[in-house]
Amino acid sequence: MKTGLRYILQVANYAIFMLIVWYFSVAPAYTHLEACQAVVVLSFGHAGQPISECRKRTPEELAALPPNMRNPTVCPRERSPIDVELLLDDKPLFVQTFNPQGVSGDWGIDVYQRFKIPRGKHNLKMRLKDSVRVKDFNYTHDVDIELKTAQLLVIDFQADKGGFSVK
Amino acid sequence: MKSPYQIPTHQMFASDIYKNTLKEQILKNFFHKPIKYTYLYVDAWFNFAFGTKNNPLYHLGSLAFFLLWIVLISGLYIFVLFDTSITGAFQSVEYMTNEQWYLGGVMRSLHRYASDALVVVVLLHIIREFSLDRYRGFRWFSWFTGTPNLWLIILLGISGYWLVWDQLAQYVAIGSSQLLDALPMFSGAMSRNFLAGNLSDRFFTLMAFVHLLGLPVMLLFGLWIHVKRLTKVEVIVPRNLAIGSFLALLILSLIKPAISHSQADLNIIPAVLNLDWFYLNIYPVLDYFTAGEAWIVTILISTLLMIMPWLPIKRTPPAVVVDLNNCNGCSQCFEDCPFDAISMQSRTDGARWKMEPVVDPALCAACGICVGSCPYSNPARRSEVKLATGIDLPDKPIHEIRTATKTALNELKSAKVKIIIFACSHGVDATEINDQDVATITLPCTGMLPPAFIDYTLQRGADGVLISGCRSQDCYYRFGNRWLEKRIKGERTPILAKRVNRQDFDLVGYAETDKEKLLQNIEDIRQQVLARSES
Repeated sequence: MKTGLRYILQVANYAIFMLIVWYFSVAPAYTHLEACQAVVVLSFGHAGQPISECRKRTPEELAALPPNMRNPTVCPRERSPIDVELLLDDKPLFVQTFNPQGVSGDWGIDVYQRFKIPRGKHNLKMRLKDSVRVKDFNYTHDVDIELKTAQLLVIDFQADKGGFSVK
Repeated sequence: MKSPYQIPTHQMFASDIYKNTLKEQILKNFFHKPIKYTYLYVDAWFNFAFGTKNNPLYHLGSLAFFLLWIVLISGLYIFVLFDTSITGAFQSVEYMTNEQWYLGGVMRSLHRYASDALVVVVLLHIIREFSLDRYRGFRWFSWFTGTPNLWLIILLGISGYWLVWDQLAQYVAIGSSQLLDALPMFSGAMSRNFLAGNLSDRFFTLMAFVHLLGLPVMLLFGLWIHVKRLTKVEVIVPRNLAIGSFLALLILSLIKPAISHSQADLNIIPAVLNLDWFYLNIYPVLDYFTAGEAWIVTILISTLLMIMPWLPIKRTPPAVVVDLNNCNGCSQCFEDCPFDAISMQSRTDGARWKMEPVVDPALCAACGICVGSCPYSNPARRSEVKLATGIDLPDKPIHEIRTATKTALNELKSAKVKIIIFACSHGVDATEINDQDVATITLPCTGMLPPAFIDYTLQRGADGVLISGCRSQDCYYRFGNRWLEKRIKGERTPILAKRVNRQDFDLVGYAETDKEKLLQNIEDIRQQVLARSES
């Protein structure tokens, strides 16, 4: 009788353990994105323009350099900070200034930002300024979009291809 | 029931598990005790259901190894059918899940559920060691080196979920990238891999390499380090427990086979996910906190976990000392040491024996098990002078135990029944027993008691001897009660003299919550002695 009871208890213990293992391996379900939402991702890598203009070296400066280092033009290493603005339906969605990375501030930046947006029609305005030597945003883009549920819309930026693009 | 005999209980070596400082008392009463008592009741329940030999709570370490074996073998089979490319991964997993459900699907489910069970077992292992205060003092090394293994297991699970390349994998991959991007070395570049058109097979192959080779090798190395300071490590789970666990996992795999979400699509965002909460619990955090904040919390928890052995510091008593004048180099102490603190080397004192033991004080737990294994610890030796043995505890030498035994017998001289308890200081607190015909002598571990003490105590007038250790299979010092039991049975030296009547003594194993059972044992001995004397 006692042995039988012990076997039953063993089976019960195994069953409880496996129930815990199974349940928490799939449940409770997690809602990462509400049914009425889409996601906009702002993602790009870019290096700001040099912090000041390149300049020509004077003949005296060139003469002072070893022959193999006499580059007539000298440019600053440090890059400009990059200002980024994203407006959704004319309201700020993302506004940030990214300082250049690296010890000498001469590296580019990588941006990856995700925004959960209600599905439907929207207007997106994108602005970027990558030089301290210009007053206003030197890259802008304005687009009307229609987001579906769970859609992922990516905003990319490539200066050599004209700036912002949306896909 | 109070005994009529008014003889004070002799107590020696009161429990030294917790020092009487504020920090120790807070740790004991607010953290250890509530969990410990819950654990001990569950433990007793499991002892009833499974028996002490197959109680899963006593084999959590070996059970973890067993589950790892299941994960490894099922993983090898899955790898045979697995296509390590972005386009082929999902299809190959779907094939083994649906087309070859009877083998590939079962293997996949076993792989999943054994991995999940592994997390549960490891968490129970951590809770158990914490509640029983088996992580501080000389045990700091095992605890400290165990924490990285926990994270390696979690990383293995996470990387495994990537490889299925369904929507859950996509969610995990993007979440992981966000976490990595928060580190200075990545700084935003990782997440961009997971935009449509950016992901290449090379990146996917790298992840497969990490999951299939990199992390498993690191875990294997980590586990080796984790058990480095232990001897006779039990990596083989008892057969019945292995069969039971495997059958349970197999049945679960057949009833609820592991399935995938829809195939990953980098143009959409997975909305509702059936997360594996054992491994993927950090990702929902990223919806409420930044990746940097998640890192800070993770690092803080890990650091806290790792430094716990020093909160507060638990000082181990002085290590055992070898006395070569009383050592014949039999190496039994070396064989019995549970913590690899004793090694044998060639004799240095010119004596005729070949070997001598050497103690590494940094590894010694001061359990005294080696004292119990030394043939020179026989209390019948040199009865009129100080009992000197080959290896001894400076704080609790064997001659003091003999003196305490003599004193206790003297105190019980006028009692009708004389019962001597040799109790370990980690099981039930026998010093609380106020029966006047009972005297208690507390030891660090019952493994410290040479079997000759049973004979000695009975020869000098005790009617009954009760040896109370930790619960069977659950010795605080791993092997104390096991070695003593073998010594009594004559299976391990030093053995108990055959003339000792087995009815005159008892060897029991109880935890703190088992005081009533110990009292019952005492009463049984008392009644037996009275019955014998009457007959």
